[in-house]
Amino acid sequence: MTDLPVTGGPAGAGDTGVVRGLPVTATIPEGHVRMPDTGPPPAPPPDEPAGATSSRRGDRLFRWLVTGSGAFVVALIGAIGLFLLVQAIPSVLVDQDNFLLSRNFDTEDPANLRFGILDLLLVTVEVSVFALVLAMPVGLGIALFLTQYAPPRLARPFGYLIDVLAAVPSIIFGLWGILVLAPVLEPVAGWLQAHLGGFFLFAPGNSGIAGATVFTAGIVLAVMILPIITSITREVFERTPRTHVEAALALGATRWEVIRIAVLPFGRSGYISASMLGLGRALGETIALTIILAGVQTPFSGSLFDGGATFASKIALSFAELNNDLSAGAYIAAGLVLFVLTFAVNALARAVIARSGAVA
Amino acid sequence: MAKRLDLKDVDIYYGSFQAVDGVTLSIPPNSVTAFIGPSGCGKSTVLRALNRMHEVVPGARVEGEVLLDGEDIYAPNVDPVSVRRTIGMVFQRPNPFPTMSIRDNVVAGLKLQGVKNKKVLDEVAERSLRGANLWNEVKDRLNKPGGSLSGGQQQRLCIARAIAVQPEVLLMDEPCSALDPISTLAIEDLIANLKKQYTIVIVTHNMQQAARVSDQTAFFNLRATGEPGRLVEIGDTEKVFSTPTEKATEDYISGRFG
Amino acid sequence: MSTTIDLDEPAVGPTFTPISTGRKIRNGIAAVLVTLAFLVAVVPLVWVLWTVIAEGLSVVLRPGWWTQSLNGLLGRQQGGGAYHAIYGTLMQSLIAAAIATPIGILVAIYLVEYGAKSRLARATTFMVDILTGIPSIVAALFVYAVWIAILGFDRSAFAVSLALVLLMVPVVVRSTEEMLRIVPDDLREAAYALGVPKWKTIVRIVIPTALSGMLTGISLALARIMGETAPMLILVAYAPFINYNVFAGNMASLPLLMTVERANPTEAGSDRIWGAAITLILIITVFQLIAALLSRVTAPKTK
Ligand SMILES: Nc1ncnc2c1ncn2[C@@H]1O[C@H](COP(=O)(O)OP(=O)(O)O)[C@@H](O)[C@H]1O
Ligand SMILES: [Mg+2]
Repeated sequence: MTDLPVTGGPAGAGDTGVVRGLPVTATIPEGHVRMPDTGPPPAPPPDEPAGATSSRRGDRLFRWLVTGSGAFVVALIGAIGLFLLVQAIPSVLVDQDNFLLSRNFDTEDPANLRFGILDLLLVTVEVSVFALVLAMPVGLGIALFLTQYAPPRLARPFGYLIDVLAAVPSIIFGLWGILVLAPVLEPVAGWLQAHLGGFFLFAPGNSGIAGATVFTAGIVLAVMILPIITSITREVFERTPRTHVEAALALGATRWEVIRIAVLPFGRSGYISASMLGLGRALGETIALTIILAGVQTPFSGSLFDGGATFASKIALSFAELNNDLSAGAYIAAGLVLFVLTFAVNALARAVIARSGAVA
Repeated sequence: MAKRLDLKDVDIYYGSFQAVDGVTLSIPPNSVTAFIGPSGCGKSTVLRALNRMHEVVPGARVEGEVLLDGEDIYAPNVDPVSVRRTIGMVFQRPNPFPTMSIRDNVVAGLKLQGVKNKKVLDEVAERSLRGANLWNEVKDRLNKPGGSLSGGQQQRLCIARAIAVQPEVLLMDEPCSALDPISTLAIEDLIANLKKQYTIVIVTHNMQQAARVSDQTAFFNLRATGEPGRLVEIGDTEKVFSTPTEKATEDYISGRFG
Repeated sequence: MSTTIDLDEPAVGPTFTPISTGRKIRNGIAAVLVTLAFLVAVVPLVWVLWTVIAEGLSVVLRPGWWTQSLNGLLGRQQGGGAYHAIYGTLMQSLIAAAIATPIGILVAIYLVEYGAKSRLARATTFMVDILTGIPSIVAALFVYAVWIAILGFDRSAFAVSLALVLLMVPVVVRSTEEMLRIVPDDLREAAYALGVPKWKTIVRIVIPTALSGMLTGISLALARIMGETAPMLILVAYAPFINYNVFAGNMASLPLLMTVERANPTEAGSDRIWGAAITLILIITVFQLIAALLSRVTAPKTK
């Protein structure tokens, strides 16, 4: 039972804020007023220096340029949303099946579209939640290891190691997952099916190809979202006020107890929102799942040993072949549902962080 | 319950920087000892060495002996956690656990030790809060978060939390420096009471406070900036304030420097 | 106080109140579990990298790998290289970066220096938030819907770049915003006090101060989009030969090469996949190193 290294300050600004999906503004040192415009600036920009019309024109031009680019982004996304709807609605209108409840996705014949998102949704949610269930405890453990257990000198290099995981392209994880990991997992999968097969999650599945299952995909996804969960959680844990840590130590808390009464209560909402960002990433992951999941003809049974397709992998697999707008519209409609899903999850993650105020 | 502390030739380091050099002093049980001296002379450092909080800073270490009733708290077979359990500490800024209620803050230490009996916990909470002169002010809102109290109340809450585990020694690092004069008086009264049960060491840079609350006073100083701090003199408070043996002490006390 | 309490400590005990064995065990278990969690994450990392190196290293050391395409080679024929795919990957991401960087920086400047809490600024922040979490396949669909379905352009490498722009802009905005915000206001005020107009203050003083962090953010964003695959699947078709024209025709990229060769069961196909994988990792590593280097070179000199 040795001592807890109370790490100095938060990590340098350099290694934060670059994870896609990071909840914004991770490290803003306190005490900097946001911008000169928010209040009356102590020394306002000199608007009328002698004979400086050119500088005023420069100012106006520049203001126009940056404001314009802000407006451009808003207009662009708005327009894109509109166009997506324009593309999707006609297909949904001529859909012969129920868009939300059908398990088919038949777009061969534009005159007779039969598609629904139910199976896509179920597979997407199951594989992502499975990945999250695996990644959350491990991510928490890594964040605790890096901030509370690793020798201070090694914490940084160890942290980089986890960041390298984030830099490996998804396609490589996908290939590794199906070619290398899946065969190794086969005995585990077999054991689970043999012993726990009565439970729907572990029932023998419909995937015709060994290892091309939600099970393998979920494990690979878990590895892929681990760095997201870890990096944000770690950052929040690092900000645990030293005073709380010392208060716990002074009461005679063991290292683990310090974590329980000081670190976790402070970092909990950060951890939750980090996990939700990880979930958002998992929901939209495309190529790794395209590679791993076997295409199947039967509906999804809920088993981890099923194949199938997620929103993203379905779109990726089929879209290139499309040659008419109505069929494309069916996939765009599915894409919109995926978009709404990830947006909701990410917005929730942001709300959790914002409400707690734990992270600046 | 109270125990004595003896320091023998204690050197304290932050990495390669020596912050304190060769401190030898004795702290008798059931007394209040005040550490005074200019800032940066190592008062907090010495205090934190007394319950092994010092080594929490990476690279920090202590040499020499710190004896609690004759037993070295730095002996290899001694667990720093049990040292801290035995020697409590109150910090400069009140630091209640923000997510815990007032009651849970007080009994946090007991809960760690596995006490689950609600009756016992309630009893200890009341007794400790009474002991910290806070009971009457908070008895109707024990389930409110600790952060909802005023600064002075929070500090007394922290004292209640520290005495709830019945330590032998209570260390206080400038416990009043973040408080207003009225709260300060409340805490000083409290210290006089706590002395009956605990051995108390308090760091302060308020000389009047040292004179008011302490039985003996230790004056620390630096020879020069960058040099380690050292103990200049220690003695009965009355004597140190009226007829200090060292010139430096006299200068400091009469406000001629620092 | 005389109330006895039910603590498991004897009245006259050892000097130091001992810690119960249960607590020590729990502390030990926590330490083991937490360390295991870290090891659990290191295993796939090492395993993946090892797989890629073991399978692909000999391929990228072949003479033609970096200089030849796969033009005219049959699936089972060894030889050729990934030049065409490297070109495609670099071209598509650099074009994306060339578009996304100025937009991202301008938007960030707007948000930090001009937007205050205006309605437009809030709308912009909201849209950037949307983009931040958007799956790459959805970004690709965006571009498909507008660029190809509505505006009627053909699938091309440029369409891929546009999708990558959507993925890169939010990262650039966020990292630039963060860097601009940590520039102390004193600097701005000092410039205003000298009579420097606001835009010049931003261009000459604020941006140079934040430059190091901005460049790092941009390079890291670039490294990220290089590994994207989804947009290529939808927005451009693979070509085994070199196509320099980003606006027309099929074009390869490393991820697309890997996807296409998945259908090739021969050893040559497997070699190409892993060769492309290691090449992609190398390129991404190079850009991350550039990011590290840039941040060091451009860091404001403090001493
Ligand atoms: N965490 C630390 N790391 C390195 N040096 C420290 C640390 N804390 C204090 N010091 C140094 O140790 C010396 C004594 O500090 P301290 O004990 O806080 O003084 P005091 O409490 O008397 O004001 C000072 O020189 C201070 O700079
Ligand atoms: Mg101090």
